[in-house]
Amino acid sequence: MSAAQSTAAQNAQDPLDADVPALPRLLADIPEEGPMSLREHLELRGELPRFERRRREEGPLIATIERAGLTGRGGAGFPTAAKMRAVAHARGRAIVVVNIAEGEPASMKDRTLAQALPHVVLDGAELAAEAVGADEVIVCVCESASASVGGVAAALEERAARSRSRPRAQLVTVPATYVAGQESALVNFLDGGPAFPTFAPPRPFEAGVRRRPTLVSNAETLAHLALIARHGSAWFRELGTPSEPGSALVTLSGPVTRPGVYEIECGASLRSLIEAAGGTTARIRGALIGGYAGTWIAGELVGGIALSREHLAPHGATLGAGVVLLLSEHACPVAETARAARWLAEESSRQCGPCVHGLDAIASTIEQIAVGETGQRRVLADLGSVASLVRRRGACGHPDGAVGFVLSAVEAFASDFTDHARHGRCDACLPPGELPLPEHVRVYRAGEREDLGVRRLARPRR
Amino acid sequence: MSHRVRVNPIACEAHGMCAELLPERITLDEWGYPIVDEQPLPPALVDHARRAAQACPTFALLVEREDKRR
Repeated sequence: MSAAQSTAAQNAQDPLDADVPALPRLLADIPEEGPMSLREHLELRGELPRFERRRREEGPLIATIERAGLTGRGGAGFPTAAKMRAVAHARGRAIVVVNIAEGEPASMKDRTLAQALPHVVLDGAELAAEAVGADEVIVCVCESASASVGGVAAALEERAARSRSRPRAQLVTVPATYVAGQESALVNFLDGGPAFPTFAPPRPFEAGVRRRPTLVSNAETLAHLALIARHGSAWFRELGTPSEPGSALVTLSGPVTRPGVYEIECGASLRSLIEAAGGTTARIRGALIGGYAGTWIAGELVGGIALSREHLAPHGATLGAGVVLLLSEHACPVAETARAARWLAEESSRQCGPCVHGLDAIASTIEQIAVGETGQRRVLADLGSVASLVRRRGACGHPDGAVGFVLSAVEAFASDFTDHARHGRCDACLPPGELPLPEHVRVYRAGEREDLGVRRLARPRR
Repeated sequence: MSHRVRVNPIACEAHGMCAELLPERITLDEWGYPIVDEQPLPPALVDHARRAAQACPTFALLVEREDKRR
């Protein structure tokens, strides 16, 4: 995480392109260490603007956010103004939940904001609360991100000491699981349940925390909101494309000189992002766009990718929560997919049958292909039929995301999958693997662990 | 005002009663969980759908009025 911080800082001083002086926005003057203090924050950004709101009406900020065209940066990309409006018009006193769960292992942007620039996020939360008529803000931070928990805690204290009729704000640490950041899972957790998704309706905007209308918003989204409130919607649209205005945070990982969190102009090319990170340090086999609910793009296509919805759509991809993960030529895409598929199956909250059984079956199938236990044709047919039994049959998007991830790997790395199905493991297959996943993930199922120690010696050096 | 059936996948425990009582709309997957056709129900099936919903031991099958859907 310190790596993310320092490169984010580097990026802040060294914009992607000298012709775009407007970047960085969010990451401007990001401190090398520790959070930016409230005093420094106010010197840099100025005081929080006031948006007068009459009782029982939505705040004028919502119209500004709508003109800016801000969309949610937690992955779904839903228009922020529409979500705020739904909460503002729902019956009852609203609550704002700041989502810094960031369960996606390949994403670090939200925890980076929380640990380095918590005040811009809290500004956004405060402004959003005012606009939707909320008297309470709950900041949910992943329990394993200690620097982010510390950054938010310190920032809340500074703000309380200086308070003028702010909404009440509290910090809650949430479990470090993949699905905990799902909106309904956060609400369920804040109401005393497990951090598991729930069945909709009701959705959080109509009946969320304590059955009150709840705006669950990603940290980066709120940070953008705070800047739009200060500089206006036209300023926001100076960057990006008409359909995707503004800038976005992207976590870039894999074989590049400086992996980390970068702020890009929406629609920027992947090539420019890689250049900003000092270029690649190995040949690229493929790029995972959007994280573990995202889509693989084969290496030869990577040079032509633009990070916009329109350019990614033909590849079946979206930027999701701003994740770009490059896989080097030293990694085996089949072994990596097997490892990730098993992890995704284990991250199921085990509430919905099709997800529990389907993701396990898919992981087992990929594991069989990886070790060459079965014929290619039958296995691919199995994979397709299981995928169709999983999609759209869970209460949340986890099974769909996992299926999309696996199927896109099979497509992007088709020849590797064929080779493995026929001949079994390759030299690059060996653990620990390249994809960032929590430590405990089993590489293959039973019987595979004994020989790992020996095989690891033969692994190519990175 | 048409009706559809929908399943709450969290509540569902694969008892399979629904597929017995409403085979016109519900089949079971290889693990015993219902695959639900969410097309609007013809009027003749609405009562059957309601009976299937009432028979579900975990109340996981829902008969929803069209206009109530998001």
